[in-house]
Amino acid sequence: MSQGIGLDIRNPQLETIIGEIRRMSRLASNGLESQRPRLGVFKFASCDGCQLSILNLEDELLALGQALDIAYFPEASSTIDSGPYELALVEGSITTEEDAHRIRFVREQAKVLITIGACATAGGIQALRNWGDVESFKQVVYPSPHYIQSLKTSTPIAEHVHVDFELWGCPIDKGQLLRVITDLLAGVQPRLPVESVCLECKRRGNVCVMVAKGLACLGPVTRAGCGAICPSMGRDCYGCFGPTEGTRKGPGLPPNTASLANHFHDGLHLIPVEVLRRFRGINGYAVPFREESNAWEQR
Amino acid sequence: MARETCGILSRTNFHRLLDALSAKGYRLVGPMVHDGAVVWDTIQRVSDLPIGWRDHQEPGRYRLEQTGSQEIFGVVHGPQSLKPFAFTPREPLVQIERSKDGFTTRSTLPSSEKVAIIGARACDLAGLGIQDQIFLQGEYQDPYYATRRGGLFIIAVNCTRALQTCFCASMDTGPCAKNGFDLALTEVDDQLLIEAGSEAGSDLLSALSLSPASQGLTRQAAALGDACAQSQVRRLDRTRLPQALYEAHEHPRWDDVAARCLACANCTMVCPTCFCHKVEETPDLTRQNSEHSRLWDSCFTQEHGYIHGKNIRPTIKDRYRMWVTHKLASWIDQFGTSGCVGCGRCITWCPVGIDLTEEVSALLKSSEQRSTSSRPQEAPGR
Repeated sequence: MSQGIGLDIRNPQLETIIGEIRRMSRLASNGLESQRPRLGVFKFASCDGCQLSILNLEDELLALGQALDIAYFPEASSTIDSGPYELALVEGSITTEEDAHRIRFVREQAKVLITIGACATAGGIQALRNWGDVESFKQVVYPSPHYIQSLKTSTPIAEHVHVDFELWGCPIDKGQLLRVITDLLAGVQPRLPVESVCLECKRRGNVCVMVAKGLACLGPVTRAGCGAICPSMGRDCYGCFGPTEGTRKGPGLPPNTASLANHFHDGLHLIPVEVLRRFRGINGYAVPFREESNAWEQR
Repeated sequence: MARETCGILSRTNFHRLLDALSAKGYRLVGPMVHDGAVVWDTIQRVSDLPIGWRDHQEPGRYRLEQTGSQEIFGVVHGPQSLKPFAFTPREPLVQIERSKDGFTTRSTLPSSEKVAIIGARACDLAGLGIQDQIFLQGEYQDPYYATRRGGLFIIAVNCTRALQTCFCASMDTGPCAKNGFDLALTEVDDQLLIEAGSEAGSDLLSALSLSPASQGLTRQAAALGDACAQSQVRRLDRTRLPQALYEAHEHPRWDDVAARCLACANCTMVCPTCFCHKVEETPDLTRQNSEHSRLWDSCFTQEHGYIHGKNIRPTIKDRYRMWVTHKLASWIDQFGTSGCVGCGRCITWCPVGIDLTEEVSALLKSSEQRSTSSRPQEAPGR
């Protein structure tokens, strides 16, 4: 995994690039339309839900179109302008040989590359294949399996190219996306929360679903950003915003998934395979969740 | 009309108190059953209160039970203390707008609202007292807090039943309210003994012209409070604080608790005294406007310990130690009191049931008696 959005940015050119985006954005807002930073939105293996989150910006969409030149966004427009792009939003994971090549091309065309959503950032729900046998899936699902050209794994974008920022979620939070774009246009390095969902729950005045209902909630080890949607509806968080704090190689330490998993087992009486499944979900391939579910496979 | 300081009201007449408050323009707020606990909410009538309900709390677990009784204040407390009323989870501080030569600012001071809170517990009052000290005393008063705080009329309820997690008696903050309330109630069978604790409370009592409380009832109420204190099964030994915790800085128990702690921040969110906050800027895409707001933060988050290029509290151990040492030791040096009021919320609402009293008791044990068990934080599974 590359560094998450947060405090430790290792691309030495990033600051210069963000400065350039800010300069262009200023010129554009002073009437030099041709100077608008160019946006490209790219899709890999995904459901398109994160791209729809961009379109769901509705009230802000016009302002976004004025601030950025939306040059490549096939989901929204048939106008396709070639790169390079100041800003590339990448949705989806890498599941084919062809996509593994294409993401390199996108990276070359992009000054700032941001992954959007669980698929691009952690491999997505389709990364469950990484624990299975893709060949046997093909035989079961397709009448002519030999047509399917697919890799054995679904991997996050950061395993293939350098990623500047990561937006988590299934789908992403449109407010977070807008915030990141706003920050970049203002020449500021985006900083999104890496704290737990529990803070959002408590700020909203929610009653904890784990303590009051005994639900196996992943909120304590899942990063904030969604606004605690599921617990606000009385449901347990299933970790679609990924692990809190650092991933195992990024800044910060990984969350204490071991303690939570032990509590699911000892306190809430989940059997080991149920504990495993809690962690092996939408972000199951994110390193801290992956290692936790692997540990429970041994039991 | 003579100033009243004490009176009784039967349960069936309790609505008279609510009516009197409404007539004075107060919005009534009380505990309401919601999602398996009680939360503060606007109430219209007595029947909105959790009549007949009781709460059972233990480390990491909260359950409500309907007993079928007519008891109005059988639930001791929910996850919220009085903290959100004056120190709100998110407070816009200022609106900034770009102008030709720079920028203009507009304050977002909240409008003051008269709110009557019915059912605050002694621990909650103690917590609010500490928050008042932080936000209102000294050279810099917080105007946002002051505005919200100024509108509060507080009706306390003296506890007659202790939870498994309560330890207010050992913190000398409860179970009966000593000060900081406008009115205090004690529910004795089907009667409510009411005492005034402020001029506003006394005025309201006089307006209600209640029957005087008999000596017998007053004695019975006091005895219920004493029995409640006696029945508390948890306690926190304060005799060697703050020094003993400073000396325990390298105690192996910190590793032990760090193996269990999730750094999820629930303990600090439910704590009536934790006041950490961060300030956040929310600009819009046109770069013409921005809102500057304050929101609840916690010493358990990664960002909280991040100072100029370095995180000074990178591990969960650092953060738990920071929280407990501040709460129970350096708070005394800083503010002259303990930062803990013994409400037990951090014990109940910790998802994995870490018990502050148990941790402190282990930390204060001499090195020979120290626990040696510890699991590394990074190891997944067991």
